[in-house]
Amino acid sequence: MRKKRWLALGLMLLLVLSTALAACSSDSKDDGKDESTGGKEKKEKTLIFGRGGDSVSLDPIAVTDGESYKVTQNLFETLINFGEQDTTLKPGLAKSWKAAKDGLSYTFELQEGIKFHDGTDFNAEAVVKNFERWMSGNAETRPYFASMFGGFNGDKAAVIKSVVADGDYKVVITLNRPQAPFLKNLAMVPFGIASPTAFEKDGKKFGDNPVGTGPFKFVSWKRNDSVTIEKFANYWQDGLPKLDKIVFKTYPENSARLNALIKGEIDLADGINPSDATSIEDNADLQLFKRPSMNVGYLGLTVTRPPFDNVKVRQAVNYAIDKQAIIDAFFEGQAEVAKNPMPPVISGYNEDVKGYDYDPAKAKALLKEAGYDGKEIELWAMPVPRPYMPDGQKVAEAIQKNLADVGMKAKIVSYEWATYLEKAEKGEADAFLLGWTGDNGDADNFLYTLLDESNIGSNNYTFFKNAETHELMLKAQTEVNEAKRNKLYKKAQEILSEEAPWVPLAHSTPLLAGRADVLNFWPHPTGSDKLDKVDFK
Amino acid sequence: MLHYIGKRLLQLIPVLLGMTFIVFMIIRAIPGDPAQVILGQQATKESVASLRASLGLDNPWYIQYFDYLGSLFTGDLGESMRTKVAVSSELWPYLAATLELALCAMILAVIIGVNAGIISAWFQNSWFDYLAMIIALVGVSMPIFWLGLMGQWVFGIQLDLLPTSGRDDARNPVDPVTYLYVVDTIIHGRFDQLWEVFKHLILPATALATIPMAIIARMTRSSMLEVMRSDYVRTARAKGQKMFWVVYKHALKNAIIPVLTIIGLQMGLLLGGAILTETIFSWPGIGRYIYEAIGFRDYPVIQSGILVVAFIFVMINLIVDILYSLIDPRIKYD
Repeated sequence: MRKKRWLALGLMLLLVLSTALAACSSDSKDDGKDESTGGKEKKEKTLIFGRGGDSVSLDPIAVTDGESYKVTQNLFETLINFGEQDTTLKPGLAKSWKAAKDGLSYTFELQEGIKFHDGTDFNAEAVVKNFERWMSGNAETRPYFASMFGGFNGDKAAVIKSVVADGDYKVVITLNRPQAPFLKNLAMVPFGIASPTAFEKDGKKFGDNPVGTGPFKFVSWKRNDSVTIEKFANYWQDGLPKLDKIVFKTYPENSARLNALIKGEIDLADGINPSDATSIEDNADLQLFKRPSMNVGYLGLTVTRPPFDNVKVRQAVNYAIDKQAIIDAFFEGQAEVAKNPMPPVISGYNEDVKGYDYDPAKAKALLKEAGYDGKEIELWAMPVPRPYMPDGQKVAEAIQKNLADVGMKAKIVSYEWATYLEKAEKGEADAFLLGWTGDNGDADNFLYTLLDESNIGSNNYTFFKNAETHELMLKAQTEVNEAKRNKLYKKAQEILSEEAPWVPLAHSTPLLAGRADVLNFWPHPTGSDKLDKVDFK
Repeated sequence: MLHYIGKRLLQLIPVLLGMTFIVFMIIRAIPGDPAQVILGQQATKESVASLRASLGLDNPWYIQYFDYLGSLFTGDLGESMRTKVAVSSELWPYLAATLELALCAMILAVIIGVNAGIISAWFQNSWFDYLAMIIALVGVSMPIFWLGLMGQWVFGIQLDLLPTSGRDDARNPVDPVTYLYVVDTIIHGRFDQLWEVFKHLILPATALATIPMAIIARMTRSSMLEVMRSDYVRTARAKGQKMFWVVYKHALKNAIIPVLTIIGLQMGLLLGGAILTETIFSWPGIGRYIYEAIGFRDYPVIQSGILVVAFIFVMINLIVDILYSLIDPRIKYD
């Protein structure tokens, strides 16, 4: 009897499950997407933005990752804005600003009548409280602040001395020393102004419920899945934002993300493989977007390790590598050949630097001159794709062939990404592929950060050291006159090209794609896009 | 029985302790500094150093380990170094997503795998047997990555039958309560969403089910073949019992024990090992959560995430052992 009951139960369970499964697989066609994405949803304009990773926190000052900034860029606003598609300075929450002649103080006139999403008034006091919050933090809670403004309250290297309200809508910032990229730094996404009421109340949890003045306000966050933000009805700029809702949805796999876009499950997709560009352009339902380039991909030559301690060998490698062929093959042409360590869009770029043409004969001659002993080198290939290096392994193979042609044997090695960076930082690589995407569109952010001796052990992975460039770059940091400053950087680029600690390879154009009906989407070179003007046809 | 379960639960403690130690040592043996990863490439040396100090990474490893164990015993799984959110509160949504997917995949694998195995054994050396075993062989060797992308392309894009990725329709999202979306949609009475959730489950569950399904089918077949040759089966048939009942009632019961073992093991594997499927189908599950944490050297998430998965794995094994005695009264634990 008992046995029978078991059997009956089991069979019934089987029956129920198989019916359920059969139902799943049968008539799914007529249901499909017309019902879910149809008429009504379209009227309540929702944009789904597919991207590669989730945000870390939605408190912009607490993070350094681009995926967090992508969202907070639309929740918060900065005192100064970058231009629509460049890094020129435009008024933001501050309608105007004035620098003192000595570059030691700045006065900001604020916009009036703006409210935060929680109803708090935006005014000078709010700005001061934000600066106090940033300056009293530490590396753990405000990871970007020290990198951009020297240090926190009481640190010797701190740039900002004080921030004071002068009336309701005027703020005066005094500096300890002039900092040329000061205004550009303020325009960076991490320095979005947050509601003091909210961060005083929520403290560490502010990132789970962010409140700013931006065109959109926070709705919900399903970790590793999606962040939803919606139109802020009381936004101070008339007629904006155009969209009612934006969902940032995570699709870690590039091809899966593109599949979702083709199917119309999402409206915009980040991180498009260069190899998919043609098929997107041929598809009438889709459009291709190009993010203006603000990056550099390079081959670093560690100058403390033989044979690269010899400048002639470094120059020889520069002549040996066929950069155009690499760009054609692995960037699918979506990049331009680099000759300086920073891209041409950045003020101070030296057009006149000649760079190194592809010339194997010259490379051989230089190697001979240098007395290169034919020792095999290690060539490090990046294990992860980045916009500035879509396929590190293949680029390394091409370079390996180029080097073999001039008589330099190279062994390709690779490590898991965090390991790769740590080992390269310690100077354990002979030659390594790497790159950089600019933060604030300033020359300092490329040249000083990547090639100055102060950053050895940090971002100067080649251990390059040069008294002359060091002096030029330090001078440029405090030089507030743009023309004079550019001159210093141009000189530095000449020396860097001559000394050749890098083989600059490419400035790539990162690609995005969208449905054909998406309007007014202008990708920003920093990677954080303002979506307030985006609309549907 | 209760005595046995109690004993088994006690045995869990050294297993899990040993596991925390191994995981702890392995992730610290790999190079890469969490502080550097958190602060990004722009960070200065000073800020990395001060962050290391405030995260307690400066302490010798044994102090770090005992600190971690200490908080584990108070029920604290730690806090993610990256997101600053408690692992215990961060973990459940991921775990639920994986549970839902793994259960769905396992149901598929068991129903199809067991039946295919039985029929293959029943009609040994028939065309069905050959076909099923060839498919099973292909299934075991199929790269999930390829299968998943092909599934998306064929059923998602070409035939336009199923969604390609995610758990729900981004334009009509599920409001999570338990984070098991099938349950949540039923709680809210949103049957349109339940339908969407089911459709989103089909492709990833099928991809994930392929390997266990194939293994289960082969196991069932060989186990059944053995039992079918035994005397009591012949007796049952001689008595005039219908073949269907002989197979499904008499033979299966004895043949199912090794299959059950495999099912238990595979279920455990599905929970922690669904990373590929979760990545291709953008499924916010626990495999991807831990995998990404490894990339960021987020020690507390790696340690506690693996601990939870291991705990579930061991519990599943225990449940399987208990099931043995329910199915086969000859197996007794007391």
